[in-house]
Parts: sequence; structure tokens; C-alpha cells
Amino acid sequence: MTFADVQTIVPERPAGAEGNFYTTDKNKIGPGMNERVQRLRKLSVETQESLSIERGLITTRFYKENYGKYSEPVMRALNFLEICKQKTLYIGDDELIVAERGPFPKTVPTFPELTCHSVEDFQVLNTRDQQRYTIPQEDIDTYEREVIPYWEGRTMRERIFNHVPEEWKRAYEAGVFTEFMEQRAPGHTALDGAIYQKGMLDYKKEIKAHINRLDFLNDPEATEKLEQLKAMDISCDAVIIFAERHAALVEKMAATESNPKRQKELKRIAEVCRWVPANAPRNMWEAIQMYWFVHLGTITELNGWDAMNPGHFDQHLTPFYERELAEGTITRDAAKELISCFWIKVNNHPAPPKVGITARESGTFNDFTNINVGGIKPDGSDGVSEVSYMILEVIEELHVLQPGNSVHIAEVTPDKFVKAAGHLIRQGHGYPSVFNPDVYVQEMLNQGKSLQDAREGGCSGCIEVGAFGKEAYLLTGYLNVPKVLEITLNNGINPVTGKVAGIETGDPRTFTSYEELYEAFLKQLNYVVDQKVRVSNYIDQMFAKYAPAPFLSVVIEDCIERGKDYYNGGPRYNTNYIQCTGLGTTTDSLSVLKKHVFEDRTFSMETLLQAVSKNFEGEEVLRQRILNRTPFWGNDDEYADSIAIQVYDDLLAAIDGKPNTKGETFHLNMLSTTCHVYFGLVLGATPNGRLAKKSISDGTSPSHGSDIHGPTNVVRSLGKLDQTKSGGTLLNLRFVPSLLKRDKDIENLGHLIRSYFALGGHHIQFNIVDTATLLAAQACPEDYKDLLVRMAGYSDYFNDMNADLQQEVIDRTQNESL
Amino acid sequence: MIPLIFDIKRYAINDGPGIRITIFMKGCPLSCKWCHNPESQSVAAQKLYTEKNCIGAQECITVCPENALELTPKGIVTDFNACTLCGKCADVCPTKAMEMSGTMYGVEELIEIIEKERIHIEHSGGGVTFSGGEPLMHSGFLLEMLQACGEKGLHRTVDTSGFADTKTLLEVAKYTELFLYDVKHMDSEVHKKWTGVSNRLILENLKMLAETNAEINIRIPLIKNVNADEKSVTEIAEFVAALSMKKPMVNILPYHNIAANKYSKLGSSYNEFNMAEPLEEEQNKALAIFEGLGIKAEIGG
Repeated sequence: MTFADVQTIVPERPAGAEGNFYTTDKNKIGPGMNERVQRLRKLSVETQESLSIERGLITTRFYKENYGKYSEPVMRALNFLEICKQKTLYIGDDELIVAERGPFPKTVPTFPELTCHSVEDFQVLNTRDQQRYTIPQEDIDTYEREVIPYWEGRTMRERIFNHVPEEWKRAYEAGVFTEFMEQRAPGHTALDGAIYQKGMLDYKKEIKAHINRLDFLNDPEATEKLEQLKAMDISCDAVIIFAERHAALVEKMAATESNPKRQKELKRIAEVCRWVPANAPRNMWEAIQMYWFVHLGTITELNGWDAMNPGHFDQHLTPFYERELAEGTITRDAAKELISCFWIKVNNHPAPPKVGITARESGTFNDFTNINVGGIKPDGSDGVSEVSYMILEVIEELHVLQPGNSVHIAEVTPDKFVKAAGHLIRQGHGYPSVFNPDVYVQEMLNQGKSLQDAREGGCSGCIEVGAFGKEAYLLTGYLNVPKVLEITLNNGINPVTGKVAGIETGDPRTFTSYEELYEAFLKQLNYVVDQKVRVSNYIDQMFAKYAPAPFLSVVIEDCIERGKDYYNGGPRYNTNYIQCTGLGTTTDSLSVLKKHVFEDRTFSMETLLQAVSKNFEGEEVLRQRILNRTPFWGNDDEYADSIAIQVYDDLLAAIDGKPNTKGETFHLNMLSTTCHVYFGLVLGATPNGRLAKKSISDGTSPSHGSDIHGPTNVVRSLGKLDQTKSGGTLLNLRFVPSLLKRDKDIENLGHLIRSYFALGGHHIQFNIVDTATLLAAQACPEDYKDLLVRMAGYSDYFNDMNADLQQEVIDRTQNESL
Repeated sequence: MIPLIFDIKRYAINDGPGIRITIFMKGCPLSCKWCHNPESQSVAAQKLYTEKNCIGAQECITVCPENALELTPKGIVTDFNACTLCGKCADVCPTKAMEMSGTMYGVEELIEIIEKERIHIEHSGGGVTFSGGEPLMHSGFLLEMLQACGEKGLHRTVDTSGFADTKTLLEVAKYTELFLYDVKHMDSEVHKKWTGVSNRLILENLKMLAETNAEINIRIPLIKNVNADEKSVTEIAEFVAALSMKKPMVNILPYHNIAANKYSKLGSSYNEFNMAEPLEEEQNKALAIFEGLGIKAEIGG
């Protein structure tokens, strides 16, 4: 069937054209290219996030009955199979792309085997103001009766926390670093194009061939590999069964459907679900549904951070689209409608709720699927196609929280695409963020990836990059660099609590030079990184052993060939990252110490430390002098920039090359997501004049308000870092709409981006919004429900943010142009 | 004489093509009532005081060698009869509430600052814009700068009121790729009332400049109660249409009241003349008048 009969409200328009593509007429259902999409979007946007205990119950019952009977990988696969067989299915009216992780859109399952929510957790989630997940009392009761008692002492979270050393705990509780994997599985996974070439039946054949090849006499790991491969095989069956259950349900619905148009659609959906994921997709509809089943499989098996990601979705879909368009079996509108339906599907899947410190540092519904648009092909040529433009249109029309998205602008990328992206940025939805393939390919080459694999890579989640479909790159947690400096200035003590958090590196009042101070900071830094690495490796081993991911392993290259799990060195590349946050705050603080204390002797160390410990109370003159009379990061100022470069290089030296459990190494990443807000809350005042509890600077961005010479100077400062050595840097620039009024302004934005990228920039993102709007939104939240703002690495609804985050957005530098 | 620079603006996207760096020179023969940069009018250094930023540290009072400063309920007040503009108060002010406007730069020093922006200029087809004040007041320095920029292959724009010696203007034109040229009113008396000078020289210069085939963007500050009425706009449009230019380009710049606090910084008053932002329909009408005469025009710089 073709979609010729689907009525379109908005006429087709030339690619890259400007404007709102939907009317916000009050009589309309809402944004979207046609009524179907509008209704689907409305349901998705208006449905309250909720929790479903179904997965938790199935898993608990299965574990109670079977734990110990099978190897861990097979146990995990059988549990996954059980969920696929039993879970409540959902087929919504209007849907073309089907299946949900929960029993209803916006419903999130629990993963008690990793973190078992307590009754209190549920009650908090059910009643809190922001990021609320509803759950009926009767479900809480069932959970308390059936799920909670079984997992007590058995969850991954408890097992991890029971084994971490005291030194680690002290630093963790002080807020020196966070730990990603204490309640969610390692993820950050994006796929390459393999699943559009192979179905699950093909993967099963590969698995079988590798089982047959196992050498039980000469390979001591052969038995382990056999269990792993058996588990992968079962998980392929699981998703096929999951799809066939949908097909059967849709066929039943079709039989009683009175509307002939819908009946025809239902029959087509059933046909699609009978074919994928068992077989390789034959057309665009099947390709999207194929990805969606794989996506759901991986986020049902475990709750990996950063959900799942199709990677270069436009490049994967383009061959299907172009062929079908030539054959006359699809129209541009029909293709765009399918993409719209997919987009809404992703929006139906909020992140699983977090608890404890992790909830403080990552309070968002966003689950960080980041769809890459544009960029380069594996052969290095331009990856932009008509599908790329369609995706930009869908993003603009739908204006939903998820999926996140990014545009990739290499030197070969046409200006037309950059301009189309600029128009989208101007809408102020908070996305897309902008990436530079020319630099991130070099980053991956530096890490030892092949050129082709690097070019097939891109960004997942926030700003981290990896070789899509071939790499497990685990973000292990954030590192609060300004906190390390604070502890150094307090000789190993966390001044916020008075407790020990690091090691003794000397009383700074006795230091006679800046070099001595910096040396102490480095000692402290290395100590902290060592603690972090040690526990990260322990957690990695725990996941490899107790929570393998056989289904994810099927779709990541080399896992089958190696007979190893995704968490155990199965993928072609295995990287661990530590994400360092607060380069700006650290640099500016060191600049104050260097210039005022050691060089100009404007004030003594004692005076500064006293003022900092009092949170600058009664010391406003001193604080203002610091703020206005110190060279700060982000102004193309050699004094400050050389400090930043040194800190960056030393972060690299401390982290880069530390061995992980898979025979590869740790690398540096410079992202913050929302963690800079949490890190600020646990930090006292800092020497740069920042008051206690205020956010620290995000990623590699300048501190709030310290970049006073405009965006060109900011990007030139950032351009001085050798960004190819890390796995990603983050630059957040806030633009007020007045800077982007005219076409010419959009072009100049493109030029600014391209000049930053020529300087070696990895990523840049823009928050297009004015302070008045934000203040108005704070005062009258109900009128600004759709106000999306770009946070460090992702977008969020302003209304869903807590007061701290909101204030942080307001505080950011405005590049006013008058 | 080397002029004082009162501002250097990067990512300037309204002062000519591409991403530019704009150098603002102090001193202007005009004194337009609506001037957005009142600190640009005097060639001398000036002291700016922003009461909002003052935290009462009073270090300025202590440091002033002339005892010219006093703390009042309205913040720090300077006795300008005693003040020698030595700048010591600005140096010690922790918040920069007290600032000196006007810094001297050598040609090489300025070129170095401009060169830092090169990557953005090259990517965007941008360049350097000299503005003011009236840059033509400092023709010696301006010519030196224009020639130096020319040697560096930088696109040069001069933003002028046109009130300058004709020979100087034509000399500057040899080293200038684009002029941003203000036309405010066609009636000499009215012009004098609002700007302090007659428009005769300005209009004559524009005619001459147009004949040299120089590229000129004509900029019209559109101000209600000054020149936003149909008659005033029509007269300007007719004048522009009669210029010997191939493709005249007009930017209509609607007045807005952003400069008021700058006047208070200087301790002067502002807008006793009832100037106001033109209505959107007045802006569109003005646009239509130009377009009606076949002149390409747009709202905004």
C-alpha cells in the first residue's frame, strides 16, 4: 500500500526551507504534519509518566523459580524471553510503528535486579513536583509483598555498595565523583547499519556457526562462550516472538476493524511485524519497525544509560527511501509520516526513575537517545540526503522532548544543510546540538579505531562519541574537578562537611609558589582518579558476570564472533570514560590564585581562604575585584587559556591509558549533562568568586558570565584545547533570539560554527531564549509548558526542571547584540 | 592625532557583510538627539559611572588626588570641574561601576586585535568596520588603519555620518570596500535641529561618493516625530533614487530607546524631545516607499 490516501495538512515544501510547518490554530489538535501524527503526539505529550511493575514481577517470579539452574547469560536470556512472551501489548489507534516497553505509552518498567525501588522511593516518585512517575498504591503493595523481599541484598546496587572501599565512599559522598552504573546498566550504545542488512534469523545462523566452531579442547573459555552464544540465540527468539505476538494481535484487530482504511493499515502492520525483526527489512516501514523492535529489546533486557540510539538514522533509511521513491511505492509525505510516528514512539519512553545521588545529578525524563543527522558516510563523503531534511522538519514540527538529536557538520557538509539546521536552532527548542565529524573521527583514530569504523561513528547521549555498532563505550561517572581543587585548598578535607575526602597534600598557606599549589592539586587529582578507576573496574566485572546483555550483544559487532558479552570485551572496541566537569570554574579559580595570591599579591592566601570559607559574606569588595580583575577562561586570553590547557592536559594524563577490565583503557571525556548543577550544590564558594551551591561551569564552557568578549572569543579559547585527545568536549552558548532574526544572521551562525570547527571544536550547542521569557516562565509555568531549553548535552522542559536548574539556565551569559 | 577607541565589538553582524570586528572611535561633529553611543560624541576621554553596579566600596574617593568624588544618596558624584580624568578611580573600582571611556591604540596593536578574528572573518566573508563617533574625524589614523587592513586582505567598511571634508572622504573611499552612510532628513533646518548640523555637506558628499562607484549602504534611523512621516521618508527615497548608483541599498533602522541608561551613566539627560519608536505600520510604509522607487531596502542593519 502507498500513503497517497493519507491527507496532508501542510503542503510539501522545498528541503531546507524556513518556517513553522504547522499552524498553532486552537482548533487543531496540535503540532504534526497531519491529523494522525497530531493525535499521536497529543497522546504522547499529555500522558503522565507512570511506573509499571509488570517487568519487575515477571523477573522476580522467574528468578525465584529458576536462579541457579542456568548459567548467568542463559538465565538473563530466558528472563528476557519470559518478558517478551508475557508482557502486555499495546497497539494505539492511528499507530503505524508499533510496540511499547510498558503496557501503555509513557509507562516505565522497573529493573529490580539492578536497583529495587523501596516503598518510600515509589511514594516519593508518585508525589514529587518534578519528574513525577505515578504508580497505584495497589501496585506498591504488590511490589512490597512479591518483589522487594526477594531482592533484598541481591541487587546489583547493593552488591556494588557493599564492596567499595571506604576511601571511595568518602569521595563519592562528598560529591567528588558520581557513579553511573550503581543503578543502571552501562549503555551509551548506538547502532550501525547491520540490522538493515540482517534479520534475527541471520544472526541465529551466525551464532550457530560460531557454536559449531568452538574448540572445547584447546580453548579454555569455550564453555563460557557456548553459554554466551546460547543466550544470544535465545534472545533472538525472544524478539521474534515479541514481534509475532504483535502481528497476531494486529491481525485480530484488523478482523473486527470497521474503518476500511485503518483495516488496511492494520494488515500492513501485521505483515511488517511478521517479517521484521526475523528478517532483514525490505522497505522503509520495515526498516523503522526493525530498529524499533531492536531498540525496545535492548531497553527491556536492561536499563542501559542513554537508552539506545539508531546512530546515523538518515543514512540508514536513505537507501530504502530512494529505492521506494523511484519505484513509486512511497511518497515524501508518507516517508515523513513514518519518521514522525517513530519520533513519537521514542517520546513515549521516559527514562527509568533514578534514586539517591544519581537522581540528584540526573533529574530528567530524557533518556538521551540522540539521533545523528547529516555528517559523513563511512567513505568520508557527504552523508546528507533528503531524509536528513525530512528529519529536521519532523523535529521542528513535533517539538517533543525525545529523541534528542544532533546535526553533524563536516567540511564536506553543504551550506544548505547548515542553514536548515540554523533555522531549526533558531526555533529555540533547545536542539539540535552541533557536532564536528572531522574532529571526532580523529578522536576515534587516536583511540585506535579503524578509519571506516570511526567514520561510521558519531555521538550518542550527550556529546560522547563512539564507533557505532562496534563499541561498548561506558561512561563511568562525572568528576567534579573544582571539588578536587577545594579539597586541595583544605588539605584533604571536604570543607562542606568537615570530613576527610582526599589525601593530605599540605596546608596551602605554606605554599610559596603557584607551582607548589598546582602540584598539590595534581596529587589530589591522581588520587581521586585512581579511586574512581578501581571501583569502575570492579563494577564492570560485576556486570560482565551477573548482568550480561545477550540481546545487545547480538547487534554489536564482534560479540558473536568472540563469543563474549557486550560487557565483557565482546565488542570490537571497549572504552571506559571518566567525564570531567568544571574546566571553567577550575581554570578561573586557579587564575585568581596565580595572579592575585602569588604574582600580584593583591591579597594573601589566608585572606582568600577566609573569604571563601565565609562564602564571601562581608567580602563583596574582594569578590567583585576577583570577578572584574582576573583573566578568565573563554576570552581568548593567553593567561587564563594557558591554565585551562594545562588542567585539560593533566586530566588527560591522569585518566588516559588506565587499564579497564577488557584489555583496553580509560579515556577522558569533558561533558556534564546536568551534573554541574549537583556538583555545584555540594561545593562551597570557590576562589573565582562563585558562591557556594551555585552550579559549576559545564563541560568545557566558560563559567557563567565570565566570557565577556562574545562568542568568537569563546570558541577561540576552546579551540586551543587539543580536543582530538578526549572523547568529547562540550560548549554551551546562549543566544538571544535577536541575534538570529534574519537569514543573514543564520548564515553567520553557520560561519561561527564552521570557524569553531576549523579550530578543532568537537561540539557546540545553542540556547536560543531571552531572560524575560525565562523569568516569565518561572512566574507562570502553565503558560510555558512547551519551553524547551538546551541543557549541557540535552534538552529539557524548563517547567520540569527544579529551581536550581532553572536558575542555572537564567544565569548563563547572554550574547546580547545591540 | 591618534583617536580614542571607546569600544571594540566582536561578532558584529550588523555592520556590513559576514562576521566583523567593529572599532568605535570617539568624537563626532554631530550631536544627534537619539545617539545610541553618547560617549562617542566627545573626542576626549570620559568617565562613565553605573550606579547599579556600585557597591559603595568608596575606594575611588580615597584614591582621587583631586578630592573630586563624593558619596551621595545617588551614589558617587564627580565634580567635573575638579576631575582631571586621570582614571585612578576607575582603576581601583572593584565592580567597574566607574569606567573610563576611551583607550588609545597604536595601528599595530589594533591590527593584532583584528587579526585574532581572522578565522571568523575568513569563514564568513566578514571584515573590519570603522565606526564611531565619526571615524572621518580622524582621517590620518583612519587611512593608516584602512591601508594596513588592505595589506592584510581584510574587507573594510566605514560607518559614517558623511559630515566630513569632501577630499578626505574621497581619499578614504580609495581604501574602503563598503560605506555605511547615514541619511537622516532632507530638510536642512530640521536636520540641524536634531543633529546640530546642516545636511548640505552630507548630501553633497553622498552624491560625490556615489559617482565614484563606491559601494554604499544608506542607513536611515527611522524615528517617530523626527522622520518617520510619509513626507520625510519620501523625500529621502527620492534623493536616493536620484543618486548615480547602480544598485542602491537602504537599511531602515527603527529607533529604540536602549540608550537612555547610557545617558544617565554620563550624567546627562535624554529625550526631552519626544522621540519614539516607529510603529510597525510606519516601518512597513517606509519600506514600501523605497521599494516603490525600485530601491532595495530592508528593516534592520
